[in-house]
Amino acid sequence: MSAPIDPPSAAPVRRAGRGRAREVVGELLRRPRALFGLAVIVLLVLAAILAPWIMPHDPFEQSFDGLDLMGAPLPPGGEHPLGTDLLGRDLASRLILGTRTSLIIGVVANGIAVILGAGVGITAGYAGGWTAAILMRFTDLMMAFPALLLAIVLAAIFQPSLMIVALVIAMVNWVQMSRVIYTETRSLAEREFIQVQRAIGSGPLRILGRHLLPHLLSSIIVFGTLGISTTVLLEATLSYLGVGVQPPVPSWGNIIFENQTYFSTAPWLVFFPGLLIVLLALAFNLVGDALRDILDPTLKGRH
Amino acid sequence: MKTILLSGIAGIALAAAGATGAAAQVDQDAPQGGDMVVTYQDDVATLDPAIGYDWQNWSMIKSLFDGLMGYEPGTTTLRNELAESHEISDDGLTHTFTLKDGITFHNGREITAEDVKYSLERVTDPETRSPGAGFFSMIEGFEDWNAGEGEGLSGIEAVDDKTVEITLSRPDATFGHVMALNFASVVPREAVEEAGEDFGRRPVGSGAFRLAEWTPGQRLVFERFEEYHRDGVPKLDRVTFDIGLEPTVALLRLQNGGADVPGDGIPPAQFLQVVNDAAYEERLVEGGQLQTGYITMNTRMEPFDRVEVRRAVNMAINKDRIVQMINNRAVPANQPLPPTMPGYAEDHDGYAHDPEAAREMLAEAGFEDGFSTELYVMNVDPNPRIAQAIQQDLSEIGIDAEIRSLAQSNVIAAGGAEDQAPMIWSGGMAWIADFPDPSNFYGPILGCAGAVPGGWNWAWYCDEEIDARAAEADAMVGDAAAREAAWRQIYLDIMEDAPWVPVFHEQRFTLHSDRIAGDDSLFVDPVHIPVNYDYIHATEGQ
Amino acid sequence: MTGYLVRRLLESALILLGITFVTFVLLYMVPADPARQIAGRSATAATVANIRDQLGLNDPLLVQYGRYLAGLLQGDMGRSYLQRAEVSTLIAARLPASLMLMVTAIVTELVIGLTIGVVAALRRNRAADHSLMIFSFVAISAPQFVIGILLLYVFAVQLGWFPIGGYGTPAHFVLPSITLGLLGAGWYSRMMRSSMIEVLGQDLVRTARAKGLSRLRIVTRHVMPNAILPIIAMIGIDIGLFMSGIVVVESVFGWPGIGQLAWQAIQRVDIPVIMGVTMVSATAIVLGNLLADLVAPLIDPRIKTK
Repeated sequence: MSAPIDPPSAAPVRRAGRGRAREVVGELLRRPRALFGLAVIVLLVLAAILAPWIMPHDPFEQSFDGLDLMGAPLPPGGEHPLGTDLLGRDLASRLILGTRTSLIIGVVANGIAVILGAGVGITAGYAGGWTAAILMRFTDLMMAFPALLLAIVLAAIFQPSLMIVALVIAMVNWVQMSRVIYTETRSLAEREFIQVQRAIGSGPLRILGRHLLPHLLSSIIVFGTLGISTTVLLEATLSYLGVGVQPPVPSWGNIIFENQTYFSTAPWLVFFPGLLIVLLALAFNLVGDALRDILDPTLKGRH
Repeated sequence: MKTILLSGIAGIALAAAGATGAAAQVDQDAPQGGDMVVTYQDDVATLDPAIGYDWQNWSMIKSLFDGLMGYEPGTTTLRNELAESHEISDDGLTHTFTLKDGITFHNGREITAEDVKYSLERVTDPETRSPGAGFFSMIEGFEDWNAGEGEGLSGIEAVDDKTVEITLSRPDATFGHVMALNFASVVPREAVEEAGEDFGRRPVGSGAFRLAEWTPGQRLVFERFEEYHRDGVPKLDRVTFDIGLEPTVALLRLQNGGADVPGDGIPPAQFLQVVNDAAYEERLVEGGQLQTGYITMNTRMEPFDRVEVRRAVNMAINKDRIVQMINNRAVPANQPLPPTMPGYAEDHDGYAHDPEAAREMLAEAGFEDGFSTELYVMNVDPNPRIAQAIQQDLSEIGIDAEIRSLAQSNVIAAGGAEDQAPMIWSGGMAWIADFPDPSNFYGPILGCAGAVPGGWNWAWYCDEEIDARAAEADAMVGDAAAREAAWRQIYLDIMEDAPWVPVFHEQRFTLHSDRIAGDDSLFVDPVHIPVNYDYIHATEGQ
Repeated sequence: MTGYLVRRLLESALILLGITFVTFVLLYMVPADPARQIAGRSATAATVANIRDQLGLNDPLLVQYGRYLAGLLQGDMGRSYLQRAEVSTLIAARLPASLMLMVTAIVTELVIGLTIGVVAALRRNRAADHSLMIFSFVAISAPQFVIGILLLYVFAVQLGWFPIGGYGTPAHFVLPSITLGLLGAGWYSRMMRSSMIEVLGQDLVRTARAKGLSRLRIVTRHVMPNAILPIIAMIGIDIGLFMSGIVVVESVFGWPGIGQLAWQAIQRVDIPVIMGVTMVSATAIVLGNLLADLVAPLIDPRIKTK
């Protein structure tokens, strides 16, 4: 086992406030990969907002011509650029409309989970002692919590809605992240550069924000971006149990979920929504990676 | 009927072979020997005939156990099984069964009249918690015994070693069918008492096969019972059940030679692929089944308490489109009974698809602008899709139905509450006959007895006059034609009140490998569902 | 250390107790009647009432819970409502298959995930890194059902290398392990990459380079041990993720594990089985987390067990 290593003990001088933010954005825009990621995100957000105007067909219309005589869906091409689904509806239109649900889940609900998870992990790791014991045992409890059962009960009690499914996701998805962040923070908190900050009397918030967070950023980005994929799919499972959006409202997740057994006969029904999920997660990942490179003190100026 | 977790074609039971009452569909000259592999997705919960009521264990229990009565293979024709003879008194109340000579359980002991009495008392004993107890309610003394009072069923008497006399409290034309149900199987007391609650794991019966091996969640092996009471039966030496295989994977196995029969049928997603494949043309089997998929409308909730509204909904549904959507694996329905059920009204047209007229009828009932409601549906494909098709049809006439797609047990619970589910699509939980008799589509799902909290009459339809006529029809022992006519009229009158929209009757499609053969009807047996293991033979008999 | 372990075990027991209670309450609230599920659709109201009575379902929640707990303390998990068999027997028959699959899947995901992560970090921002990144995101986004069937179709049906589902020989483990492990491999590869990059940027690496140590030696002796810490923290998490993935994978491959048992029990409101399976999986998760916390200080001595 090698000796653990300390990062440089002094972070580079930073300008604070709005100037710094402008600088970061400027840096981002100079990086082609980050720019590509941003463009994808902006496009998807626009698609969600402008859905009613850009959908080629009515996403709910079960067109008689949308199925062949044996009742099979139509492959991509012609009238339906991405094909039709098992009810003869235009897949492209359903994917565009589904962007709304999936962005809310993958970005908003997942984002809340990320903030919650990072918050709990950092607090527990930095404070240690009883605070850590209580927070981490609560995390254990939530991790072992029978979330599917909870979903079944919620489905029976409440009217299904996107809100509830987003809440359930935010509630169950922070735990993984909090554990990883906790372990990393525990290690960081014992290192010299943090100890020095403590000794010179820096406030905890300053230490957290200035000295801990930059080193945790990479894990946060990994969980945040991969979480996009898993939450978008999790939404489909929860909706299946009756908690979330109900048919005929589309989401990327439920389009995959409903059609996965048909993927050998109608692969487009799984391929296109899957592609969108990967694209969304990748886009955030590209932006996140770039952001990390810009902000991380140890990597400054070495790309 | 059996509670089913699967959906569509895979989940359904009781198929009716083309011709009911046809001669035995059995190739007497077929060689004995060989084996086959059958696959199922869901685990086998129990092989106790008093308890098993699932898709996968129903036919297994039939092959392990026998009752007094049974059916000709591949048909719905009743025949004597363990009974040598069955005599009915003139008033229809006393049934005398004489047992065959020299019949034994798998443990080698001879079956006596006492065993019959013990078995029927066991299934109706409240301690057994049998889902089939209610079928035996016509036997005298049932009420007391099933309530936990008395010393057994007073209506059953073992006259001597070979003779059983069963007295009924009311004449019942379905009694023969009831005695052929799995629940009426004869079991040996000593084996049950020895195994206790684990009898379902260590079953001992008198059927054509006996259980040789059971690896939970994985495999069951049945072996030929050499002392079986019918000569030359079963044909195969061994049947292996591979459990836990997803239908898609089961099909891959069959195509690869690793399985002979997909117990869950052809999965909907691969249906067109298989049907259009010339390689399977010879070995693809289709059968009708005693099943109806329907929409219930809660007659005690507004606005479905108005018959005009219910009729309008009946006219709004485009059944042809729904049938097309599920790849024509069904035929459109216009009444509760399926076409192969005695009592089916051939010349009945039902409510024709006519959205225009439906809208007018709604307007007359005071709903010019339609209304909003909820449609409950079980969440397994293809049911949510069918619900969406129904939703679109309803929106055509101005009804805005919101879909609630839930787990099966939640839908059942909602249907059993008087004021919760205005509409339910029954798919995945649809009624499939327990036995081929028209009465089986009434009681729990359309009669007053089922319109109670926790019941299965999700339309909450209760017409006491019809209830009385139903009881009358069941008591018509002897005159089959008159009884059939009475039931036919009952269902037509119910459709006047339109508590349901009968949507379609599912067809069953299955497939088998070229290692085994037998009449097509054996592979879609209407009673020994889904497959009659006892009479299928190997093409290369050893 | 011993004190810490004792405290943690006590806490774990408390968590498990909490889980049993929460699960019990949820099952009590589920609006589906287990007695109805047992009685079937032809049952009369009287039969259902009788079953409810026999199973004690009419008792108040706390009485039912107390009874369950009392049984549990004597090692009695009750009998399945539908299968009638002892829950402990049902679980014991299926747990080994699930545990073994879990172990092989963890090995699979570690091998695939760490390899990809290390390669991607060393080839940072080059073509290899980008293709591996796409691979990781596809692995995480693809439904396991689809992956499983695809693998079966290619490697079992077409190539005939492995059996088409089932359980028994080592060959049976390969495809289910990959299907189950691919998701985790995606996670691990991204975690490993980012934490490698973090460590690669630190002083020690620069010092080691300056000393003229070989690249391989730097990576294996200095970078990887330091980068692996966050991965350790994921052991417990993995078990949690497996619990959901295992239902699908077991059903695709006909694997006789507890995932199948759990899913069928949930569908049919078989309360004793649901309780039993939840207990088992909660125990696995809690112990996995405990293990992770115990291993972390061994990797990074600065972390103290308090």
